[in-house]
Amino acid sequence: MDLAPTTLDRIARGKRATITRVHWEDLAPEEAKRLRALGLDVGARVAVAHRGVFGTSDPIALMVGRMTIAVRKVHASAMEVDPS
Amino acid sequence: MTRTRTAALVGNPNAGKSALFNALTGARQKIANYPGVTVERKAGRISLPSGESIELLDLPGSYSFDATSPDEEVTRKVVMGDLDGQDQPDVLIIVLDAANIEQHLVFAQEVIELGIPTIAALNMVDLAERDGLTLDADALAGALGVPVIPTVAVRRKGLAQLTEAIADAEKQREEHPNPEPKPHLTLPERRLAAGNIAKAAILSETAERRFHHGLDGVLLHPWLGPPILFVLLFVIFQAVFAWATPFADGLEAGVSAISAWVSSTFPQNFFRDLITEGLLAGVGSVVVFLPQIIILFAFILVMEATGYMARAAFVMDRLMASVGLSGRSFIPLLSSFACAIPGIMATRSIADPKDRLTTILIAPLMTCSARLPVYLIIIAAVIPERQIAPLIGLQGLVMFLLYLAGIVGAVLVALVLRRTVTAGRASGFIMELPRYQLPRLSDLAIGLWQRAWVFLRRAGTIIFAATVVLWLLLTFPKADIGESQLDASYAGQISAVVQPVFDPIGFNQEMTLALVPAMAAREVAVSSLATTYAVDSDDESEAEEALKEQIAARWSLPTALAFLAWFVFAPQCISTIAVARRETNGWKWPMFMVGYLFALAYVFAGLTYWVAVWAGL
Repeated sequence: MDLAPTTLDRIARGKRATITRVHWEDLAPEEAKRLRALGLDVGARVAVAHRGVFGTSDPIALMVGRMTIAVRKVHASAMEVDPS
Repeated sequence: MTRTRTAALVGNPNAGKSALFNALTGARQKIANYPGVTVERKAGRISLPSGESIELLDLPGSYSFDATSPDEEVTRKVVMGDLDGQDQPDVLIIVLDAANIEQHLVFAQEVIELGIPTIAALNMVDLAERDGLTLDADALAGALGVPVIPTVAVRRKGLAQLTEAIADAEKQREEHPNPEPKPHLTLPERRLAAGNIAKAAILSETAERRFHHGLDGVLLHPWLGPPILFVLLFVIFQAVFAWATPFADGLEAGVSAISAWVSSTFPQNFFRDLITEGLLAGVGSVVVFLPQIIILFAFILVMEATGYMARAAFVMDRLMASVGLSGRSFIPLLSSFACAIPGIMATRSIADPKDRLTTILIAPLMTCSARLPVYLIIIAAVIPERQIAPLIGLQGLVMFLLYLAGIVGAVLVALVLRRTVTAGRASGFIMELPRYQLPRLSDLAIGLWQRAWVFLRRAGTIIFAATVVLWLLLTFPKADIGESQLDASYAGQISAVVQPVFDPIGFNQEMTLALVPAMAAREVAVSSLATTYAVDSDDESEAEEALKEQIAARWSLPTALAFLAWFVFAPQCISTIAVARRETNGWKWPMFMVGYLFALAYVFAGLTYWVAVWAGL
């Protein structure tokens, strides 16, 4: 069994997950503020809609509720998720 | 007389605030700047049922009053009454996107908490219904404690009700002049409450927005998205040149006809020469570029209004990241192709200060439309018109290379800056991708009219003044018989002094002369060359020859190429420097910008000249 928590950047395109913990300390305060204002916070249910161009994995488009939000991989990797 | 009452539109970005603002105020709007900051102050007038009129402000979109970007900061200050020179609004209208109600209610609660009379406009209810979402406005009003008016700005639905509600709220403010703040919630509390309020107000909801997902599936596709964007950009630049030609030719013919009429109708005197050689040759040569500018702005406005601009930023983000910027910088940089001033002003949405500064510093490297006249006239004069491959003409190729040189220059400069003067942590990219929307024609028309007006105002003021001053400097003192008017004039004497600086890079005296007024506005270089040659021509037939032929006859190819290279990096116009000063709060960065651009322009013009001479061109 995998005990290490999964982070949002590892969720496959088209899959959903619930944010369980956010390592805000890893993010710039202004960016943390903006992510929270857009509803990317503990408890949010998100889906990975699009990912990168030309085979890269950056940036990532997330669906949160009825909104589509583009973030960088660094932001997604600071978010622990429950992929169920 | 009592002071003018003010109502302000607030809301998340993409709530449809501007469309609502246009629908409420029509063409009765004024764009200026807030005192001390360059954030655009969009204000208009609306008539209340009582016959009174009040001022309506359209504030920059915000996700919360906890500001992260300069334009959100303006919204916070205006609403709180903290901005000097701007009265606190008497009534707030919080605009909610019905289709994204859960998110928009978070900020709505923060606005309502202030205790200022507030009305909620539940906007774009039609799109929400198309997406399978029906909302109960009364339930929302009950939960929020403020009137909720369903509106469809683009179809003018709910506008009368909204105006009535504004009038009622205004009365309320008169009776209770001081806002009574309501208990403060924390962000998680507001988010929780927003979820519950939305759930209670949603009458029916179907799963998802298939249309948007389908489009995003193509436009954000990892392999299809970028080529689609590049094709679009290519089409835009093609359109700017090809589509504008008939209109530009028409304008040019019009200017010549007027000039010929003036020449034949009035006796030759000081004023006739001022009009034909100064005004018509100078201002006229700039006004003919209006069609190009309108076409470029039309594309930019459509990209913004449809929601595609944010997708373009997404697609470009990876590329921008490699030079230390983010996709957010793409939008200001694309606008800078029209003009660096709106481009630099658009950087306000970039939250990271280092990111924003870098974008401001490289914005002048994007080939703005003011450089177009310079490029077009010189290319037409010295580059032969021939096909070098099917569909690829030599002139078009040179034009493309000039644009490319600006972009490559910007990339390299950004790389260097991000490692030196604007070094900092890697910038992030966090951006809402709004829903796709069909743009409304009248909103586009208003936007285009405003851009065209700004351009014509420049032509009528700065360019006009610069041309007339230059014409006077060129005309006096009068040359003796056998002496060239250019050499004898004050302008010729001035340029003779600075000429040694430009000799090594192949510039002739008329070019050096053109550079000075070009600081006022780059396109003046063209009008000043036109005026110079018009004054310098001894006989009438020579004066009537187009500027193109004059350049072709007088300039060598290396000289012309060096002039083009100079304008790729050219020290920008004074307005750009002024905007950069306001946006960076001081002279340090604008001076840095001017310095590095001068150095680049000089070096590249010199390189171009000597390489061309060496190659025997």
